[in-house]
Amino acid sequence: MKALMLGWEFPPHVLGGLATASYGLIKGMSLQGDMDITLVLPKPWGDEDQSFLKIVAANKVPIVWQDPDKNYLEQELEGRMSVEEYYHLRNCICEDNHYIGTNGIGSVGFSGRYPDNLLEEIRNYVAVAGVVARSQEWDIIHAHDWLTYNAGVKAKQLTGKPLVIHVHATDFDRSRGNVNPTVYSIEKWGMDMADHIMAVSEMTRQTVINKYHIDPRKVSTVHNAVTPLSDELVNLPNQNHTGNKIVTFLGRITMQKGPEFFVQAAKLVLEKTPNVKFVMAGSGDKMAEMVDLVAAYGIADRFHFTGFLKGKQVYEMLKSSDLYIMPSVSEPFGISPLEAMQCGVPTIVSKQSGCAEILNHAIKVDYWDIDAMSDAIYSVVTNEAFAAHLKDAGKKEVDEIKWEYAGQKVRRVYDLVLGK
Amino acid sequence: MKTICFYFQIHQPYRLKRYRFFDIGADHYYYDDAKNQEILVRIARNSYLPANETILSLIKKTKGAFKVAYSISGLALESLEQFCPEVIDSFKELAKTGCVEFLGETYAHSFAALKKESNEFELQVKEHSDKIQALFGQKPTVFRGTELLYSDDMAERILSLGFKGAVTEGCPSVLDGWRSPDYVYCSGANQRLKLLLKNNGISRDIAHKFSDWNWDQFPLTAEKLMSWISDNKQEQVVNIFMNYEVLGEIQKAESGIFEFLKALPEQAKANGIAFGTPSEVMDANRPVDTISVPYPITWASENDLSPWFGNAIQDEAYNRLFSIAERVRLTRDKSLLHDFYKLQSSDHLYYMSTSHYNQFFCPYDSPYDAFINYMNVASDFMQRVESRFPKNTSTEELNALVQTIVNLEKQVEELKGGAKPKAEKKSVAPKTEVKAEKPAAETKKKVTSSRKKKAE
Repeated sequence: MKALMLGWEFPPHVLGGLATASYGLIKGMSLQGDMDITLVLPKPWGDEDQSFLKIVAANKVPIVWQDPDKNYLEQELEGRMSVEEYYHLRNCICEDNHYIGTNGIGSVGFSGRYPDNLLEEIRNYVAVAGVVARSQEWDIIHAHDWLTYNAGVKAKQLTGKPLVIHVHATDFDRSRGNVNPTVYSIEKWGMDMADHIMAVSEMTRQTVINKYHIDPRKVSTVHNAVTPLSDELVNLPNQNHTGNKIVTFLGRITMQKGPEFFVQAAKLVLEKTPNVKFVMAGSGDKMAEMVDLVAAYGIADRFHFTGFLKGKQVYEMLKSSDLYIMPSVSEPFGISPLEAMQCGVPTIVSKQSGCAEILNHAIKVDYWDIDAMSDAIYSVVTNEAFAAHLKDAGKKEVDEIKWEYAGQKVRRVYDLVLGK
Repeated sequence: MKTICFYFQIHQPYRLKRYRFFDIGADHYYYDDAKNQEILVRIARNSYLPANETILSLIKKTKGAFKVAYSISGLALESLEQFCPEVIDSFKELAKTGCVEFLGETYAHSFAALKKESNEFELQVKEHSDKIQALFGQKPTVFRGTELLYSDDMAERILSLGFKGAVTEGCPSVLDGWRSPDYVYCSGANQRLKLLLKNNGISRDIAHKFSDWNWDQFPLTAEKLMSWISDNKQEQVVNIFMNYEVLGEIQKAESGIFEFLKALPEQAKANGIAFGTPSEVMDANRPVDTISVPYPITWASENDLSPWFGNAIQDEAYNRLFSIAERVRLTRDKSLLHDFYKLQSSDHLYYMSTSHYNQFFCPYDSPYDAFINYMNVASDFMQRVESRFPKNTSTEELNALVQTIVNLEKQVEELKGGAKPKAEKKSVAPKTEVKAEKPAAETKKKVTSSRKKKAE
């Protein structure tokens, strides 16, 4: 089965959770043998793992007919695409895209990030998707997150193939209800036009049904999973030599992630418990506010900020932690608690996180319930047997949450829309 | 003549209120009275009262041919006395008929029996027997372990407490897969202890399937039940054990469970089947064989301890609490002892089960929530107990000191009593009193002073 996937991010160039989820899902689906997946990325860097999928570089796809000199063309393609493929794609241009400013080979550049002119990039990406859609006979089109919904609809209209969209988050999660109308309209249009919608949690599914007014029969839940850690990461040493228990918050310090509840819980715990340290790892627009709050509570000697962590640093931090907390106000899924559990760290998640739906061996509290949160922290840091149980049971549980199974669920959705 | 032996278990725990870690040391009341009362009153209305009434009328109607046995935990009796005394009255009424037997058990519905080295089990069983005697004028002669807990290790202990027999689960592993539970057996560890085994099939059919429309035997009628029993030629006795809440709460009155109950005596008579209490059955029948139970069995679906001791946090909670059992007894403080009982009941462990998590009456969202709350309460309780004695004094030493105090107090009492007739010799009597009191006071001082040291 040939699937045309439309995505915005892919590892190793990770901007948010979308990259990790797309990678895991596609890899999990590739285990099915007969899946042939092509992913259109705005700006691949050339170091992506292409062993189980083909990546089409959107910034090299011709959307306006040009006939560049072959040497110049090769130079411009930077090895992201073969010359033959370029010529083949050039034959598939079916619309007049001259209104878009193109370069010497008739393609358009992308930042591959989330720039201020995001809507323009989305428009350009739609044009690219139109060309790619006609270049082969696809069975199904699969669009990840709102940035690619318009492109998915375009591909569907050009090919007549069914469109499946994958909701990794909605604007209601990102804005705490203060929705951007433009984003909403793109999301709504994509959902209306899709043949089927996959949401990463039941909570997100309900948002799609209730806030976007979509027929529940058209929406399925496909929970995310987690990629097993490499041996290198598993064997990272615990670098906590302070003799204190370390309780960690790890993620963007933004309103969505509920950092203030973590600080408030820390204050309550520190009143009663010696030998505990709290760490807030990450950066974000709420960081200064959190530093002020910590100072105001007078707990700065036992509350630490690390700044933004990346790659291996994340796992070093997790490995040195005795407890991980994700107090998100609204989290469509949230893979990071699963990663903490993989590292053998007891975990607390908010009930408002999608991952809480599938985790039995994490402690779940309401994000606003700092009494319950601090109570749970206290129990884990003071009771060795409890921490040990959570560690073992959590690791065992998370080892069974595999992308392979998520991929099979996606396949069932494909089969459903294809009437198989 | 075949006999049906009905036995009903009644137990309600004291559910804990939401108790946060910052309450430790500040708040010493642990129970959610409103919820406990609400649940107990509801169950009493739906189940205990109408069931008692039905059974009383059946006993009267059959002129004593209908018989049942109850096992009511000490904690259940306490909460009934507190919230629903009319239930106690109706049990007293039943006790007067002489057709009702009350079984013995651990007062707190606990797993104290698993602690072989401690005498907590014996003390609790005695206390429970005394309570039953005081309320219903009967001394229990048949023992029932918490959740039908039984193992060979317990046989000797049960016998030495004066019981002639015990009831337990008729699980296939101890019956070797082919023996029938429907006979009187005796313990392999000590043959003087008789055993009645629960007939699992029939008990579960009534308790769980009675109102199940998808069950191929639905509806279960008294007639059908009696025909099952009379069709089996060999059996002596059918032991039907269940929670009393099955009558009216788990199987609602609308399901017809009370009508089913009312029809039983008549249908039994028609089939030549009698009713008996456990002790009558044990007296009337000789054991056909021995049963050996090397590992503890219960009436859980796997017949083991896994719902209560299936994960590390359950073990932790149980062991932590029992680590101070002896010290609680040493305090001779009633309020501490009663908190200790209420924290022991098996329900608290059950709420922490990670594999059996769909339960009736469970006050928590998750097993971890249950553990966190319970351990907060337990640590406050343990602090209270520990504050009574210096930590570094061994339990044996303490025991000796407490014994001295007890002996001296006795002596004081004796001397007081002895002094009275000699009231005329005023000068002598007070002197002896002072003398006797002094050492007692000194010992007390010793304890308090070393407690102060510890506090410093």
